[in-house]
Amino acid sequence: MTTALMLILRRDLTLAVRRMSDVLTTLFFFVIVVSLFPLGIGPELDTLREIAPGVIWVAALLASMLALEHLFSGDYRDGSLEQLLLVPQPLSLLVFGKVLAHWLVSGAPLVLMAPLLGTQLGLTWDALQVLLLTLLLGTPVMSLVGAVGAALTLGLRGRGVLLALLVLPLYIPVLIFGAGAVEASASGLGAGAHMSLLGAILVLAVCFAPWATAAAIRISME
Amino acid sequence: MLKAGGLAVWRGDRCLFSDLDVALAGGEMLYVSGHNGSGKTTLLRLLCGLILPEQGSITWSGVNIRALGDDYHRELFYFGHSSAIKEGLSGLENLRMAAALAGEPVTEQQAIEALDRMGLEGYEDLPAKVLSQGQKRRVALARLLLTGTRLWILDEPFTALDIVAIEHLRDTLHAHLAAQGLVVLTTHQRVDFEPARVRQLDLGHGSGTGL
Repeated sequence: MTTALMLILRRDLTLAVRRMSDVLTTLFFFVIVVSLFPLGIGPELDTLREIAPGVIWVAALLASMLALEHLFSGDYRDGSLEQLLLVPQPLSLLVFGKVLAHWLVSGAPLVLMAPLLGTQLGLTWDALQVLLLTLLLGTPVMSLVGAVGAALTLGLRGRGVLLALLVLPLYIPVLIFGAGAVEASASGLGAGAHMSLLGAILVLAVCFAPWATAAAIRISME
Repeated sequence: MLKAGGLAVWRGDRCLFSDLDVALAGGEMLYVSGHNGSGKTTLLRLLCGLILPEQGSITWSGVNIRALGDDYHRELFYFGHSSAIKEGLSGLENLRMAAALAGEPVTEQQAIEALDRMGLEGYEDLPAKVLSQGQKRRVALARLLLTGTRLWILDEPFTALDIVAIEHLRDTLHAHLAAQGLVVLTTHQRVDFEPARVRQLDLGHGSGTGL
């Protein structure tokens, strides 16, 4: 069972490395969206520092949305997804492997880039640490939950917009606790509670999202 | 071995076929013919368990394929409409990955030999995106030489192949039938097989006339 997981992980990572453009688009989108705010709002560091967590979180959310479209569409188009359904392994396991690979190439770079962008917006060292941790917990949730939406909209026309409408509302709790954690830590309340909730959401998503995604794929492939 | 009774499928309001029976024993081939849109691919995907029939049931060795689940998939090789070749991987990587995922890992040597026998000598390490349509299909069909599955369900396997490759594929299918394997096949080409082994199923215009 773990071999199947490793196989699909290796396959998707190899494919991603050979098509770096998809990875870089997401990352540059993230960087550009965050960089637009100082230009629009003005270089007042206090204002920027205040809005920084929200801005970075929303940008991360939109960037991971953007990447979601590539999650299953390639496999859907070339028939590999059909073959994956016939692999004698639980589909949810294969889905988990695909989502994990997807997070490693689209979510993890965002997490690594966030401290740099945080510095640009004047966040303090403490706030940066919290931001990094919340993104580390939050971006996998976005990949996992987004996968359900991506699977449901497979092969539909205008799926990009539909995907956003389906998935963005589900990201709200992650956004609230993620951005909230940074603010709470800045105001001296401590980010512990927010972190625990984010962790709980992640555990729930790991348990149920692959299973729901597998069911959604089966429906889309009929 | 493979039995289906009373199959019916609707696409929207249109009935593709109804009350369709299929029975196939070891060493036999089912040759599904019919016009475009008569439901050939749908029937094949039905037999794979990718679609649920609206009516009827499909059994393998007497057990419903839904109940068998992965055990059925271990007996099955499906070659679909699109060849499931990843353009970013080389032919060799594609073949080995597909085999490993299906739970039948092959060594690099075995994979290269299979590709060579499909006439892809020298193309093993090229990324699949530079291969022609026919070459991609050959990579996918090379799995036939390596798989130990009993039931082969092949959707238009002869399309985009040249004469030599068609001949070769025909021999492979013959060998499989001789080893008591089962083949379900659609094709628009005329391919000669021993009549005793072949069962015909004509879906006609898709009006629902069966065997």
